Amino acid sequence: MATYDLTAHHIIEPGGPIALSTEKLQVFYGRQQAIFDATLNFPANQITALIGASGSGKSTYLRSLNRMNDKVARVTGKIMYQETNINDRTINVYAVRRHLGMVFQRPNPFAKSIYDNLTFALKATGIKSRTILDDRVEQSLKEAALWEEVKEDLHKSALALSGGQQQRLCIARALATQPEILLLDEPASALDPISTAKIEVTLKRLVERYTIIIVTHNMQQAARLSSYTAFLHLGHLIEFDKTPTIFQNPEMTATQDYITGNFG
Amino acid sequence: MTPTRLDKVATKVIEVFVACVVLILLFLLSTILIQGVPHLSWHFLTSPSQSFAAGGGIVDQLFNSLYLLVLTLLISLPLAIGSAVYLNEYASDNWLTGLLRTAIEVLSSLPSVVVGLFGYLLFVIHFHFGFSILSGAIALTFFNLPLLTRSIEGALAAISDTQREAGLALGLSAWRTIRGVILPAALPGIVTGVILSAGRVFGEAAALIYTAGQSAPVVNYTNWNPLSSDSFLNPMRPAETLAVHIWKVNTEGVTPDAVSISAGASAVLIIVILLFNFLARLIGRHLYRKMTGNSNK
Repeated sequence: MATYDLTAHHIIEPGGPIALSTEKLQVFYGRQQAIFDATLNFPANQITALIGASGSGKSTYLRSLNRMNDKVARVTGKIMYQETNINDRTINVYAVRRHLGMVFQRPNPFAKSIYDNLTFALKATGIKSRTILDDRVEQSLKEAALWEEVKEDLHKSALALSGGQQQRLCIARALATQPEILLLDEPASALDPISTAKIEVTLKRLVERYTIIIVTHNMQQAARLSSYTAFLHLGHLIEFDKTPTIFQNPEMTATQDYITGNFG
Repeated sequence: MTPTRLDKVATKVIEVFVACVVLILLFLLSTILIQGVPHLSWHFLTSPSQSFAAGGGIVDQLFNSLYLLVLTLLISLPLAIGSAVYLNEYASDNWLTGLLRTAIEVLSSLPSVVVGLFGYLLFVIHFHFGFSILSGAIALTFFNLPLLTRSIEGALAAISDTQREAGLALGLSAWRTIRGVILPAALPGIVTGVILSAGRVFGEAAALIYTAGQSAPVVNYTNWNPLSSDSFLNPMRPAETLAVHIWKVNTEGVTPDAVSISAGASAVLIIVILLFNFLARLIGRHLYRKMTGNSNK
């Protein structure tokens, strides 16, 4: 593998409002450092793709944003959300995670009914009103483009759905807690092309209301979906720019080599 | 030898071994059932045992076995669920957890007669519980706890970590996720484990001889006050179970029909344990289907 200057980077300042930013974010697994000084502003109501080879740290970086790495790794630096550093010890991580919803690589619905999947977290936060719960279920299923397919079967087990439907249910479940930001960790990598296309259409619609950050292995998907793209290499944030620029005219050699497939 | 031939020979050898295991089981079961079933009758199941005369039944012993089982599960199930949840969900992988696991393993390999003698010294004598259902239930808890903990831990470990991640990502605490997602999803496995361990508890004799005692006093099945001394629910009364009865009839039985009583009681014991096993499969499968909504599995 070619060696690149990992300290050199090209990070632009996105136009418009910022939904989330990290300042000198570092992640350590024991003594092993997985993320080095990641400083980045995520534009609001845009899809930002995180790309990079396996081991680049893109998933680690994503999972640090909603503090999912709390028990696994040590994360230093700032994560600024609504003018608050949410990487602070005193922050209520449970509340943070309701503001930054997350969808995983493999669909992971609970072994419960569709309705209970969507309302479980809401009930845990004390929402008891049947009308509010019903409304949230309908609204989040509609947003995730699943309502028409399941509205007759809300009390059937979520595990009886197809893989693609399960993943859209997981998106709906994340939306039900009314987050502002949606973090997706390779959400379509376990799905067939048709289900993938449905997820992509759904995400494109959701971006009007949510800020979306998506990790993907699939460069076509990044190019199709996102308006901004960040390229990570060996734990370093190498380049961040508008997606067309990244894919047509990147600044850094490492980015160029990765997107043209000359990597390693 | 060619690989194909070698494979055929190996398969045959393995099949013979499996056949041995199945044959031993079938031989045991058929012997017990063939000798015992002819002695079974409604009268045998519903009348009290006799010390000297022929024609005694096993109603008290059968009830004692079931009551002891229920009490044992009442004590051991919460403890086992707690330990299993701790070991599988909270404990980090360090020397302390290793020590705990070893301790549980040692506990499960203690001979039941030793557990019985320990229960005798501690509960029957020292704590003045006397020969009682309570002493027996605590001794059986010692005996049952490690197995139950293991099987519940196994059921919890079978639930994918992606479920825990999902709960965490929704802003739920670990405990919420465990109580609301992990335990219900593990329920089919837990129920199966409980029923299978119930079979072992039901058939245990050695640990009970010195704790629950060897006498079956006359009890009143219409007295529902567990504090009253002749109530069938009184946990402080001595209680001979079915397995202990079989042992006693065979060692010091003086009734003329001791052999047939022992054969009949053994058959009842085996039939109940087989029922537990079938029930475990049935309920486990039913719950799994209910949880997943998958009718094709």
